[in-house]
Amino acid sequence: MTKSRWKYFKQHKWLYLMLAVPIIFVLIWNYWPMYGVVIAFKDYSPAFGILGSPWVGLKHFKRFFHSYFFGNVMINTLRVSIYSLLVSIPLPIILALMFNEIRIKWFKSTAQTISYIPNFISVVVIVGMINFFFGTQNGAINTLLSAVGLKQIDFLGSPAWFPHLYVWSGIWQGVGWGTLIYTAAMSGIPQDQYEAAYLEGATRLQCIKNITIPAIMPTIVISAILATGGIMAVGFDKTYLLQNASNLSTSEVLSTYTYKVGIINGEYSFSAAVGLFNNIINFIMLFVVNKFAQKVGETSLW
Amino acid sequence: MAKQSAMRYTRTKGDKVFDVVNGVLITIFTLIVLYPLIFVINASFSDPTRIYEVPLLLWPRGFNWRGYTEILKDKDILIGFKNAVVYTALGTVINLVVTTLGAYPLSRKELKGKGFFTLFFTVTMFFSGGLIPTYLVNQQLGIINTIWVMILPGALGVYNMILMRTYFQQNIPNELVESAYIDGANDMQLLWKVVLPLSTPIIAVMAMFYGVGRWNDYFNAMIYLQDRSKFPLQLILREILIQGKFGDSANQTLQGSAQAELMMIKLTLKYSVVIISSLPVLLFYPVVAKYFEKGILVGAIKG
Repeated sequence: MTKSRWKYFKQHKWLYLMLAVPIIFVLIWNYWPMYGVVIAFKDYSPAFGILGSPWVGLKHFKRFFHSYFFGNVMINTLRVSIYSLLVSIPLPIILALMFNEIRIKWFKSTAQTISYIPNFISVVVIVGMINFFFGTQNGAINTLLSAVGLKQIDFLGSPAWFPHLYVWSGIWQGVGWGTLIYTAAMSGIPQDQYEAAYLEGATRLQCIKNITIPAIMPTIVISAILATGGIMAVGFDKTYLLQNASNLSTSEVLSTYTYKVGIINGEYSFSAAVGLFNNIINFIMLFVVNKFAQKVGETSLW
Repeated sequence: MAKQSAMRYTRTKGDKVFDVVNGVLITIFTLIVLYPLIFVINASFSDPTRIYEVPLLLWPRGFNWRGYTEILKDKDILIGFKNAVVYTALGTVINLVVTTLGAYPLSRKELKGKGFFTLFFTVTMFFSGGLIPTYLVNQQLGIINTIWVMILPGALGVYNMILMRTYFQQNIPNELVESAYIDGANDMQLLWKVVLPLSTPIIAVMAMFYGVGRWNDYFNAMIYLQDRSKFPLQLILREILIQGKFGDSANQTLQGSAQAELMMIKLTLKYSVVIISSLPVLLFYPVVAKYFEKGILVGAIKG
């Protein structure tokens, strides 16, 4: 018994040696920071380190909940993320269905390939381009507005416009790429289903409704669950770049707030508490939506 | 894919209307995606004073290269470009190595405790320490403001690893593996000589994902780097595009016409630097695009 086990190990030791490499990376940069979260319950000071800093319980959480910013930051985060979810879940599905119905092969693949491109453009460039188009000085849209005799709009400095800029630039960038997973699911649908339907005189819309959509439903549910799980994770990268003093009243979200308090002001413990709160909400959302999906349909994450 | 060729039915009038409407909508969509890119290309080759003569540029006006030649003179941009190349190249190599070393064992049925290992990795997709605890770890490791902080963290994308594992499971014939074992090959040789040569699509796609992520990242550079000489291109780009600073302009004291000229250069440079910074990715893109469907799609659904 032990002999055969030894033989097994000798033959397959490389499997474990290989696996050790990613494990070490994950331990250092994923699990170690998870341990570091305890500073949310301490008054962390670099001099004492994580272990030596005194426990303070929920002090930082209480301070956050009672702070002037709490309500505002929460509302801003939810506004942008719910708006974003409502648009970014259905649009790739609709686009994928439209792609799927194109009969001309080269047209289909060209349109798809073009639609993926923005996904690879950096967020700095995206925001740069938003400035080119929506800026007040020399912005293309405002130039257009003046040309047709309309009043210029300060898109970038306006709290009301921030959510739209954020969400729709995200759509421009991500909707094509978002179709990929549905295209994949559609490519697995047996063709004879469509042929049988056509023989029976079904219209194209009926086929989409009765064949394609049911077939990709599991994929839709999984994507929706994962997207909702990130409800509090309004991306730092783009928000921070789009932020300015004038639109702060709608653009200050949890991630930018954590960054400012933590890295810029150096309030490590407080910022870690805000970050942890963020993570907990995300996890609860993931759990709730998954439960809901289990109840309603058969598909769920676990 | 095979739908079009297999379909032989007479199109009804309703079908034709559907096709036309769908085709028109897709065309409009494609133009909306492309136009901003075309605009920037046009603007980058235009005379800056004339970019906004017409509201929406359809071709360059008053052709000029000035933006591009200025880039070659701007030290910040050049150094940033070089740094970005180094971070991206080294970082992507590490990404590929670490990801493969995780994906391959997890794809083998000989591995014991696979469920545990998979859980160990996937947990990190849903739980994270967050910004500050991660920062403290890097601080403790003493890699802040060094090249290492740009390369080592984020070496493993768990989702990518799962895509790769699934690809291995589905595309490497089991008989091939069995016979290699019988020939006395160990798993390292197997990975190197049998699995990797059969895995070009997934490796290409992974290289693209990781490479683009590294190239486009500004966040890590912003929090972890302090020396300007270490800044990658995206940080310099942020100064130029968003904060309106002009690279290493030591020319603050310029006056009159020189000042006006600087403003003009600044304007064209904004467009050309966008093109230059996106070019490496866009050149690489068509090479890899053909693998998207083959390489990841399978993995994406079953994973």
